[in-house]
Amino acid sequence: MDLSFGNEYKVFREEVRSFIEQYKDKQPTQVALRGEESLAWQKLLIEHGYHSRTIPKEYGGYGAEADIIKSRIIAEEFSTAQMNTGLGGQGISMLTPVLLEMGSSEQKQQFIKPTIHGEMVWCQGYSEPGAGSDLASLTTKAELDGDEWVINGQKIWTSSAHVADCIFCLVRTEPEAPKHQGISFLLFRMDTPGIEIRPLIDMTGNHNFNEVFFTDVRVPKQQIVGKRGQGWLVANAILGHERGSLAPPDAAETRLNGVIDLMQTETIAGEKLIDNPVYRDRLVKLQGRAMAMRFNDMRLLSARINKNQDVKLAGMIVKLMSTELRHEIEGLAIDVMGETGLSFEDNPYLRGNGSWQYQYMFFLGLIIGGGTSQIQKNIISERGLDMPKEPKVTK
Amino acid sequence: MEFGLSQEQILLQDSVGKFLNDQVPLDKVRQIASGESSDAEVWQGLADLGIPSLLIAEEQGGVGLGSLDAVVIAECLGYHVTPSPFISSAVMAPIALMAAGRQDALAAIASGRHRVGIAFGEAIGARNDAGVVVDGTVLSGKCLFVLDADADAYLIATPEKNLYLIAADAKGVERNNLTTVDKTRTTCELILNNATSELVSDDPEVYLRTLDAGRVMQAADTLGAAQCMLDQAVAYAKQREQFNRVIASFQAVKHMCAEMVANLEPCRSMVWYAGHALDEVPEEARLIACHSKAHLSEVGKFVAKTATEVHGGMGFTDLVGLHYWFKRIGANRQLLGAPELVREEAARIQGLAV
Ligand SMILES: Cc1cc2nc3c(=O)[nH]c(=O)nc-3n(C[C@H](O)[C@H](O)[C@H](O)COP(=O)(O)OP(=O)(O)OC[C@H]3O[C@@H](n4cnc5c(N)ncnc54)[C@H](O)[C@@H]3O)c2cc1C
Repeated sequence: MDLSFGNEYKVFREEVRSFIEQYKDKQPTQVALRGEESLAWQKLLIEHGYHSRTIPKEYGGYGAEADIIKSRIIAEEFSTAQMNTGLGGQGISMLTPVLLEMGSSEQKQQFIKPTIHGEMVWCQGYSEPGAGSDLASLTTKAELDGDEWVINGQKIWTSSAHVADCIFCLVRTEPEAPKHQGISFLLFRMDTPGIEIRPLIDMTGNHNFNEVFFTDVRVPKQQIVGKRGQGWLVANAILGHERGSLAPPDAAETRLNGVIDLMQTETIAGEKLIDNPVYRDRLVKLQGRAMAMRFNDMRLLSARINKNQDVKLAGMIVKLMSTELRHEIEGLAIDVMGETGLSFEDNPYLRGNGSWQYQYMFFLGLIIGGGTSQIQKNIISERGLDMPKEPKVTK
Repeated sequence: MEFGLSQEQILLQDSVGKFLNDQVPLDKVRQIASGESSDAEVWQGLADLGIPSLLIAEEQGGVGLGSLDAVVIAECLGYHVTPSPFISSAVMAPIALMAAGRQDALAAIASGRHRVGIAFGEAIGARNDAGVVVDGTVLSGKCLFVLDADADAYLIATPEKNLYLIAADAKGVERNNLTTVDKTRTTCELILNNATSELVSDDPEVYLRTLDAGRVMQAADTLGAAQCMLDQAVAYAKQREQFNRVIASFQAVKHMCAEMVANLEPCRSMVWYAGHALDEVPEEARLIACHSKAHLSEVGKFVAKTATEVHGGMGFTDLVGLHYWFKRIGANRQLLGAPELVREEAARIQGLAV
């Protein structure tokens, strides 16, 4: 067990700290999509190597060599100082890594720079009404007509489709092939004629996701990532990026500290909530779970540095465990507040800007999205424990 | 940076695991549990591997390894439900006696011929009828569920966090075996009637360090025991057939197994870190020891139940012996502080409770 990052990283940490010191008061307080301030901040972060750090310069990134420890130090220092870490979203966290790995050089040139600078916003068009957990059964089809794909079909639960410039989309191009081998991965603009977006209001009351309809949508032939029929492989590369990063352990601990603050300031019948042994026990129980996830995460980090460490199972359980944990942490805050915890929207008794109720629901969304908890358990048992698949039902 | 076991620790794990596989298989455990034989031979075997002197500093005649090495061994012992006084004689007693500079006792422990049991229950929270009254170094009262009914001496902690050492055969000491569900290890009561002891430490830090280490070892023991139950459940599910298919192909069974892994795998990292912290990160060690003990108690309980269910009726019988692991995990949960008590301590350490 060696938890030091080594002397050579001390200097780096100091650099990060002095950046934070210098810019702490200049950061935008909110991340606003396309907001001038946010875009300027994003540019500044990239120029200093605190965002898009390892993306090559020619694609608009900072161009540093991959160094897991440096990335970790940046994350740690930004988190401790509660610094704005810049833009995220599906284009940045999911599409960009895939383009780097599987995109053509034109695609990299064309898309990565505006994406990481927040000028090109993406949405992910995978799920369909008939294809959720069983994503590979999707039926939105694309047929080649001359130099163009012609797309017809429907997507659903498409987050941010109403604000996105572009979509990365799974479509069926080889209807005769087995279902996993007939899918392709296309990129196209959301203002292409034939696209209709209908809002879906989610349980938080917000308009986050949408239904998206395609009627004879024409897309240039070369806007395919990977080859025809390889879309499933491409999509899975992205799902890997998505699942690991949904509910990081330091965010869970930050929220738990928020629950502690709440319990130390809120009272019931004149007694502080923290003095109620039942609530306190629930709090400390969740701390224990969060702590186990923190060390699990350290082990995963270590295995990226020391290639001989086997962490297959430790990695597979993260999406399941971390999203369930966050949901419970947010739920504890609501429970300790009791009826006050119900406050919503304009209620003057709202605590934490309503974030507890919002996040409680939001993390239920993450338990479902990106492969449900049940699907995670299928994956853990089948690929992790080598237990047999369900027998196939033939239609 | 390397979070995990070193090559040496993996070798240690392998060699102890091999010894236990060969020398202390389940049949042997059964013999000891039924009282047909004692754990003395096992302990001597472990002594030949240097286990009792593992934590004792080199200059005090020991091997001088660290708490994470001890964690590795505790995990092996849990995995094999090995009867042995490891937590008391190889971990807790040496830590206290080293702090007190008790060379003689340490040398005797290192040889494997001297066992020191642990009576901490009355300091953690005395149950009905229990409690120790101290007059100088003369002890009276009753200690319950003392670890190791075959020890040569006992380390007794008082609510003031003082530690006293007393010989098992000292005048005024009456010892009675206390049968528990976990027959892989023994506990006893000590009835003290003006028994003369020696003060080993009046420094609360020594008591706490000893207790923290004991709790981390119990967490590691549970980790190993739960891992073994999980392994057995998965293996059983892959060969047991019902409805013309192996039960491992039923999703209900797969999800039980997935939930066990998902809960247990992060525990491994947690317990490793807890072992590391005991030696290297003293400012975090207490809190993490409490969290590990409590969290492993909960996860262990879940795995013990679920792995038994995966076995169906076979899990409930004596035939496969799964109940030895079930009961061992149950004992680790209650001894040295049940999870609710330990979480309350964790709250106090953080200033969240008085
Ligand atoms: C907040 C949120 C944002 C999302 N954003 C996007 C997005 O941007 N783009 C996008 O493409 N999609 C998005 N999704 C969709 C998401 O990926 C799907 O909702 C998810 O994969 C589940 O599919 P489904 O909704 O069709 O549920 P279903 O697949 O119908 O599942 C219903 C229930 O059946 C269970 N189930 C299904 N199959 C199995 C099985 N084999 N074994 C055991 N249980 C099973 C599920 O676990 C679940 O409990 C989002 C979803 C949410 C909640």
